[in-house]
Amino acid sequence: MSQPEPAATPSPVLALEEVNKSFGNVRALRGVSLSLYRGEAHAIAGENGAGKSTLIKVLAGVHAPDAGTVRLDGSPVGFSGPADARDAGIAVIYQEPTLFADLSIAENIFMGRQPRRSLGRIDHSAVREATAALMRRLGVELDPDRPARGLSIADQQIVEIAKALSFDARVLIMDEPTAALTGTETARLFSVVDALRAEGAAVLFISHRLGEIFELCQRVTILRDGALVATEALDGLTEDDLVRRMVGRDLEELYPKEDTTPGPSALTVRRLTREGVFHDVSFEVRRGEIVALAGLVGAGRSEVVQAVFGVDRADAGEVEVGGRKLKSNSPTAAMDAGVALVPEDRRQRGLVMEMSIERNIALTGLDRLGKGGVVRRALERGRAADWAVRLQLKYNQLSDTVGVLSGGNQQKVVLAKWLATEPGVLIVDEPTRGIDVGTKAEVHRLLTGLAADGIAVLMVSSDLPEVLGMADRVLVMHEGRLVAEIPRAEATEESVMAAATGRGSKEAA
Amino acid sequence: MNRPLEKPLRDPSKEPSREPQQPSGQREAQGAAKEETRSARSLTDLVFRVRELSIGGALVLLVLGTWLVNPGFLDDQGVQDLLLNSSILVLLATGQSVVVLTRNIDLSVGSVVGLTAFACGSFVSGTQHSALTVVLLGTALGVLCGLVSGLLVSFGRVPALVVTLGMLYVIQGVDHVWAHGQQINAVNVPDGVLELGSGSVLGVPYLPLISALVLAATAYYLRTYRSGRELYAIGSNPEAARLAGIPIRRRVLAAYAFSGAVAGFAGALWLARFGTVVADAANGWELTVVSAVVVGGVAITGGVGTVWGAALGALLLTTIGSALVVLKVNPFWEQAITGALLLAAISTDRVVRSRTTEALRKRSRK
Repeated sequence: MSQPEPAATPSPVLALEEVNKSFGNVRALRGVSLSLYRGEAHAIAGENGAGKSTLIKVLAGVHAPDAGTVRLDGSPVGFSGPADARDAGIAVIYQEPTLFADLSIAENIFMGRQPRRSLGRIDHSAVREATAALMRRLGVELDPDRPARGLSIADQQIVEIAKALSFDARVLIMDEPTAALTGTETARLFSVVDALRAEGAAVLFISHRLGEIFELCQRVTILRDGALVATEALDGLTEDDLVRRMVGRDLEELYPKEDTTPGPSALTVRRLTREGVFHDVSFEVRRGEIVALAGLVGAGRSEVVQAVFGVDRADAGEVEVGGRKLKSNSPTAAMDAGVALVPEDRRQRGLVMEMSIERNIALTGLDRLGKGGVVRRALERGRAADWAVRLQLKYNQLSDTVGVLSGGNQQKVVLAKWLATEPGVLIVDEPTRGIDVGTKAEVHRLLTGLAADGIAVLMVSSDLPEVLGMADRVLVMHEGRLVAEIPRAEATEESVMAAATGRGSKEAA
Repeated sequence: MNRPLEKPLRDPSKEPSREPQQPSGQREAQGAAKEETRSARSLTDLVFRVRELSIGGALVLLVLGTWLVNPGFLDDQGVQDLLLNSSILVLLATGQSVVVLTRNIDLSVGSVVGLTAFACGSFVSGTQHSALTVVLLGTALGVLCGLVSGLLVSFGRVPALVVTLGMLYVIQGVDHVWAHGQQINAVNVPDGVLELGSGSVLGVPYLPLISALVLAATAYYLRTYRSGRELYAIGSNPEAARLAGIPIRRRVLAAYAFSGAVAGFAGALWLARFGTVVADAANGWELTVVSAVVVGGVAITGGVGTVWGAALGALLLTTIGSALVVLKVNPFWEQAITGALLLAAISTDRVVRSRTTEALRKRSRK
């Protein structure tokens, strides 16, 4: 592990030493060390669930580490909360901006730190002027007095950055700040960050877009399964090197895609529209095929599959399953027709967290587990035990609540719940988000197996390597429209991202 | 490209300043160079004031209408009655607003008023304690009740609705057991205390003056102190408030303590005003108070509204009650009207909010 240290500044502004952090039985960080120097932009790379967000939250004072030290200017610190970290000069810009929609931009920036006059009274005009000055410094025209409600994501991030500037942050941490930005907005953000760095701030940057990491940063720390893989200079590395270190195993092992011959169409979606959300979406998924629905966050992918399943209303268009038109707005009809939807948010929508494993698995087939509305416990347990073996579920007792399971095993319970309905069409929304690499490979193996058995799989995923590794075809959405359909052979990171960001929609297809 | 949108909007600095929480000095502080800022502010200002303006308007219409039918409604006695009747509700609405702003609710206030009125009554009966002692005792008792609710909500993390509903019944129960069918009689209450409820200075009764003072001080605090603004922040987005390092639990606890203090204070005033107190005094007031607050434009989901609005709401509800009596309408209508107002207020909130969001979205830079 090499540690090239900028010569001018020998000691790091902020450092982590052998930090551990667990949530329940999930070890999110295992002995991670990191040094951040003045004037450097440092990237954190890793797959979903590698521990990046936890790392940020430890630095931001949101989580206290279970073991290990956080050092600021060389001396150990124990942040008791986000305010402590902020007072130490650490600013964090989260993936989802955290603003007070009802309050003005000026109040958002200075909340809790407003300049004061005598008797501790807030100096409102100083707040306003300071905000206006920050906006000038950032070169944007945002009215300090308008409420944050209704700001675009890019502008919300500008407010967050202004907040960081307002207390002369020495360390700026950005978690996927560009996920929802257009090219110009990203360029503006980067120029602001470069200017801050030139003034001596240290920047910690997290992005799934490897190109941006190379563009903005000098060094990178790679995490995998909560452990440190390496910290090295980006000079001389290629994107492939990064991916190999992030994944840590052969791509074939992580994405065990088997070639299958697609059968007849299982799911046909025609001109599906929901006003203001998605428009005129048509596609089909054939038996034995895995089709990925890719796109940026907010492109409308989850909304489309929810409308297909009938959870959300569709204003126009139709869905056919196995050649028969599906009654709209009816999840029951969809289930009866053999469609299963494994939702994106397993804690809110996929599982009843307080219920036992066996009961969660039984939820989708209660009428088949007994007679006359009475559920027979033996049948319920039998079904759960059966699926637990098939999916290699790791658990103590089937009567444990699902809440105690790790993310990956929770996801397996959701899958079991839906696979137990013996679907002909399986829709999975972000099937491997927030689960460890080992379980991820298992889920992928399972999906491949299901496709080989003739099930049509529609997979929504923001994980580009997953999309490229698993899909027979990639459908790409951009701002509510289906803009590209790319066959496996032609799907590359570039072609998918180009379509997802609205650049040259059909050229790759 | 924002200009056409801004033109038709009224400039707040040209409006008569009817709201003290927007000191005019700040408006003047803006130079001509800040033309842009000013017009954008007028949009948001207007939105936040639509409620107060419309309630004020409704209040004026109601008073004028009733006066035309029965001129006695606005004679000296009529006005005094109106002020006296509304002052305790205004006080309670002020305390309640502070809690509601943090996205919580305090349903126990009615029973706190009842308990403190009775407790103060039994304490002073037959003695010569001063009005000040009574007020301090009532306030202290109220703070105690508020602290219990507040601790359960903030540190116990029990939903506010359940906690304060429980407190409502517990305090009511304690009050009834204690009173044991007895009541406090005005003849036993010292004159100094009764003077507080019936006396006046320059023709204005003490009670409305006290309410106005508490109201103005609370409004000033909410607007001018960090911790006051933080209450808004907590109600607007609790998660963001946590990340901004705001001590949420302490602030919520303080909000409940304040609401309790105001309710206890109101209980002492209740004794001073009526002299005769039964155990279920102010029974059912909690819902009137919450209605007043919501009608007055404090969002039940927190983060939005002013105590001025809440006070106007309280004034409106009281006036409706009095007007119905003067107009010889069956008083049972009062509840129906209050309910209808509440529904209207919440529906307009939704519409106005989505419209503003739309308008603000258009203002986001391209």
